Amino acid sequence: METLLAVDSLSVSFPVGNDWVPVVRDVSLSVGAGELVGLVGESGSGKSMTALAILRLIPDPGRITGGRILLSGEDLLGLADAGMRSVRGARIGMIFQEPMTALNPVFTVGFQIIEAVRVHRRISRREAQLEAERLLDLVAIPAARQRLKDYPHQLSGGQRQRVMIAIALASKPDLLIADEPTTALDVTIQAQVLELLEQLRQDLGLAVLLITHDLAVVAETCARVIVMYAGQVVEEAPVETLFSAPAHPYTRGLLAAAPGLGRPGARGELATIPGQVPEMARLPTGCAFHPRCGEVMEVCAQENPDVYPLSSEHRARCFLHGLPASRSEAS
Amino acid sequence: MTALLEVRDLRKYYPVRRGLLQRVTGHVKALDGVSLEITRGECFALVGESGSGKTTFGRCVLRLEEPTAGIVRFQGEDLLALPPAELRQRRRHFQIVFQDPYGSLNPRMRVHSILSEPLEVHNTVPETERAERVEELLTLVGLTKDAGRRFPHEFSGGQRQRIGIARALAPEPSLLVADEPVSALDVSVRAQIINLLVDLQDRFGLTMIFIAHDLAVVEQTADRVGVMYLGRIVELGATRDIFAAPQHPYTVSLLSAVPVADPTRRRDRILLAGEPPSPLSPPPGCPFHPRCPIARDRCREEEPALTESADGRQVACHYPGELEPVGVGLSAGGTF
Repeated sequence: METLLAVDSLSVSFPVGNDWVPVVRDVSLSVGAGELVGLVGESGSGKSMTALAILRLIPDPGRITGGRILLSGEDLLGLADAGMRSVRGARIGMIFQEPMTALNPVFTVGFQIIEAVRVHRRISRREAQLEAERLLDLVAIPAARQRLKDYPHQLSGGQRQRVMIAIALASKPDLLIADEPTTALDVTIQAQVLELLEQLRQDLGLAVLLITHDLAVVAETCARVIVMYAGQVVEEAPVETLFSAPAHPYTRGLLAAAPGLGRPGARGELATIPGQVPEMARLPTGCAFHPRCGEVMEVCAQENPDVYPLSSEHRARCFLHGLPASRSEAS
Repeated sequence: MTALLEVRDLRKYYPVRRGLLQRVTGHVKALDGVSLEITRGECFALVGESGSGKTTFGRCVLRLEEPTAGIVRFQGEDLLALPPAELRQRRRHFQIVFQDPYGSLNPRMRVHSILSEPLEVHNTVPETERAERVEELLTLVGLTKDAGRRFPHEFSGGQRQRIGIARALAPEPSLLVADEPVSALDVSVRAQIINLLVDLQDRFGLTMIFIAHDLAVVEQTADRVGVMYLGRIVELGATRDIFAAPQHPYTVSLLSAVPVADPTRRRDRILLAGEPPSPLSPPPGCPFHPRCPIARDRCREEEPALTESADGRQVACHYPGELEPVGVGLSAGGTF
């Protein structure tokens, strides 16, 4: 598979007082053309910030402090703002968790889709209108022509998310970044939207980077998963491998702590990960997960582990799978 | 076993006003005739999607909101008939934990004051023993005693939810309504809070109404489940039975829609068409018929009544059990 997006050692920091606090730390990941990749983590893990950095949408005063972002081989960080504007929307589309806040409440849905179509393509209003109808058909909104006249508040949450997807697809992007697209939706509607994303991937060859906190959503939709914790990638694997042989203690804990349908354990005996996600400004020394880790070793508090390969497709940032730098140099 | 709470034909209609004169043009029927009994000591879960009326039910039962009609009997006494002063006295027996641990704690009060306020209001603990009782409560929910000196913003979401639970338990209630208590929390913290609630329930013999949209959590915690759709109960029964063999097509589809954390079991699922209709203008006949995969003419005309079968299961459907559960009832495996 051809690599569409390659993020290499990306770092993002925010100023706090006189210090710069890193929120994305040395993140590397890739998305192949037409591939559906899951980026999983809890709040504060840096998953959304990574997505925003790819689109150069980091809110002020945050800064990208290092790394490279390659889209089809072209370094996005080297582009001027104008060049970046033609990447956003045109080559990478994005949808967010809450579609109501992303849509403009005072314009009709049709107006907003037509606007998105005409920003990137020189076509007449009439053609854009037809294109908008086609897009609503594509995202399976019934009676597309009538819906174009609706305002966002007249649509349900699921339909709004479909409209957002239609807008994101207006310029025929190669990659769609979907940040928690179904978190605000009910399960029956979530199932519809996930089905739609998979359909678009198959029909249009669209690559999708799906950002979510829900491992079950990943299991059902993605081919490959990247797990983040405290701003770092801690594990990456094909989806079957991650669920059958998770290598990082954090991933194992997450899988055990999320109750799944059809495997009820004894009442009140859900596995838990003790403690809580650390604040980025006060990260523990060594491995950021070590204070919560059940398999902690002495070295874990002293050094931050590298990402070690378990196979050609499976990597984990944990000393269970590789020697610390200090020792491997000595030997 | 006796019923601690008995609810009969509970209704809550919100008037919809339109136009210059703000005339009432219709009603949103958030609760449209809900009847159920909750046994002392059980954990009863109410599930449904947003707009199904599950939160309204919790609020109406506690009279945080005035129901339009119906009967709520708590320990045999009709709560809806009580004058406000007496209702306030009864309130110590039924408490609520809210969904949002950020919005439900006063940011200007120290945790100590948050927890001693219910003790003062209900006067269950003499003033001299209140500080000690607050420390006890903090320990009970897994916080350190010095947490009392701090403000809510100094805590994480999970810790705040622990404070919310401690506050609800302060007046030693017999009924606890937990309204989506873990929905706002991170996955790794959710399990901690669920375990805490279950543990406290067992220790104090609490009766719990657990309102949730996360079916996996419900399967782990509840003895019985009621499934709501458009302000009505469509299916009710023992958790094990409902998850193993759902009878109502809505329950079947709901279970089928829940993603399963096992990539080797990607399965066909029943994909419901459309979305829940507006409670402002519910469809005639069965409220689920526009989305139901097995709807027939009768469903469009005649509303099915909630009927009880021999095993105590209640289902409101003309053709219960006819929709084959696809991708449901995965209890066979589940290993990782």
